[in-house]
Amino acid sequence: MITEIGKYFIFLGHLFTNRESFRTYYNLILEECVAIGVGSLFLVALVSTFMGAVTTVQTAFNMVSDFIPDYVISQVAREMIVLELAPTIIAVIYAGKVGSSMASGLGTMRITEQIDALEVMGINSISYLVLPKIIASLLMYPLLVILAGFCGMLGGYLAGTLTGLITPADYILGLRSGYNEFTIAFALIKSVVFAFLVSSISSYNGYNTQGGALEVGVSSTKAVTSSVIAVLIADYLLAQLLLGK
Amino acid sequence: MIKIQSITKSFGDKLVLNDVTGTFEKGKPNLIIGASGTGKSVLLKCIVGLVKPDQGQVFYDGRDFFAGDRDLKIEVRREIGMLFQGGALFDSKTVEQNVMFPLDVLTRMKAEEKIERVNFCLKRVGLENVNKKMPSEISGGMKKRVGIARAIVNNPNYLFCDEPNSGLDPQTSVLIDDLIQDITQDYDMTTVVVTHDMNSVMGIGEKIMFIYKGRNLWEGNKNDITHSGIQELDDFVFANKVMNSLRDK
Repeated sequence: MITEIGKYFIFLGHLFTNRESFRTYYNLILEECVAIGVGSLFLVALVSTFMGAVTTVQTAFNMVSDFIPDYVISQVAREMIVLELAPTIIAVIYAGKVGSSMASGLGTMRITEQIDALEVMGINSISYLVLPKIIASLLMYPLLVILAGFCGMLGGYLAGTLTGLITPADYILGLRSGYNEFTIAFALIKSVVFAFLVSSISSYNGYNTQGGALEVGVSSTKAVTSSVIAVLIADYLLAQLLLGK
Repeated sequence: MIKIQSITKSFGDKLVLNDVTGTFEKGKPNLIIGASGTGKSVLLKCIVGLVKPDQGQVFYDGRDFFAGDRDLKIEVRREIGMLFQGGALFDSKTVEQNVMFPLDVLTRMKAEEKIERVNFCLKRVGLENVNKKMPSEISGGMKKRVGIARAIVNNPNYLFCDEPNSGLDPQTSVLIDDLIQDITQDYDMTTVVVTHDMNSVMGIGEKIMFIYKGRNLWEGNKNDITHSGIQELDDFVFANKVMNSLRDK
C-alpha cells in the first residue's frame, strides 16, 4: 500500500519533467476536453436530474411536522445537491465512466507497446499521455458539477411541483432562502480535487498495466475502485477542513 | 555502430541476460537470434533503454547511453527508429498521422514538408493511397510496413526491429526482410533485428548474434551459421525441416 502510494507520487512527478511543446499539449487537451466533457454531458444531466427529483420527494416524505414550512423541502434539497450529490455522487459516476475509460485506454496502449513506441522516440509518455487528461479533467469536471447542480434542482422542481408536493413559488423561495455562497465555492473546490484524483489515479492504474487483455480489465476495475475510495476520503477531509467547527 | 558490453539483467531470481557483449555494425542488418524465451527481446529493450540492465553499458557511436544524463538519452532516442512486434501503431490515428507523429512532436517542419516526407516514406515501404485508413483497416503486413515508415520518417541513425516477420506469410516476410536490408544500406543505418525466423537469418543475416539461455554463444554471418560446430546453435538452425534437409544433402 505504502509502496503503491510512493509509486503514484513518483508517477505524478514525471508529469512535469521533459515536457513537449505547449502546441503539442494544446491540441491534446482540447481532444480530451471533448471526450471527457461533451461525452459525459448526457449521463451527468440524466443522473443529476433524477437525483434531484428523488431527493425532493424523499425530503418531502420526511417533513412530517405541520410547523415546518414547505419551502424547507427545496432548501434541504438545495443543500444536499450543492454540497454532496453534485460534486461527490457525480464523481463516483465520473470515475466509472471517464476513469475506467482512461485506465483501459492507457492499459491497451501499454500492452500493445504504443507507450514503448513513445518512449523510444524520446517522448516522456507519462507527460504526453496523462497530463492532457488531468488538465482536461480539471477544466471539465467543475463544469459538469455546475450542470449537475442545475439539473438536480430542476429535477427537484419538476418532481415536487408536478406531483403537488410543493408549489413552484415555495420551491423557488426554498432555493433562495438561507443561501450561503460558500457552499458553491466548497462544491467547486471539491470538484477540482475529485477531478484530479479520478484522472490521476485512473491514469496511474492504466499506465502501469502489465500482461494482456485480462489485465486491462483488472486495471480498469482497480482504477474505479481506487478513485472512488480516494474521492470518499477526500470528501470527508475537505468537509472537516472547510466546514468543520 | 552500437557496442554493448557485459549486459546483465535479472527479473527476480531469474537471470535473463548474462554478461552479453557484442557489436552491431553500420550499413548492414545485425541479427539477434535464438529460441523463444532466451532473452532476445529483453536484450533489445536493454539496448534502446526501455529496460534498464542490472549492469553493463551500451555505446551509441561512442556515447555511453546509461552513464549519460537525461539530455543525452533524449538525444540518442531521437536518433532511434523502432519497429515493434505488433507494429505498435496508435489506434486513434490514421496511417498518415501515425507516420507523421515523430515529425509533429519532434520537429518544427511545416505541414506541407511533413506531408511530403510522410508520402515519401510510405512510398518507400510500398504503400500508397492508404494515408487516411485507420490501423484497424489494414492487414498485418501493411501495419509492419507503416511501422517501418514511422521508424524511418525522422531519418534515424539506428533502426531496431523486434520480430518483424512474426505473424506474416512467407512472401510478406521476405518483402519485409528485403525492405529492412534496402533501407539499412540506402540510409547507412545501424540496424538490429531480433528474430527466430531462419528464412530471415539466411536472407539478410550479414552479422548474427546467437543468444542461448541469456548468453551470447556465437557471432558470425549466414555463411558460417550452418557449420559453427556449436551444438546449441545447430539444434536451433536445423530444427527447421528445410534447413535439415539441406544438411542431409
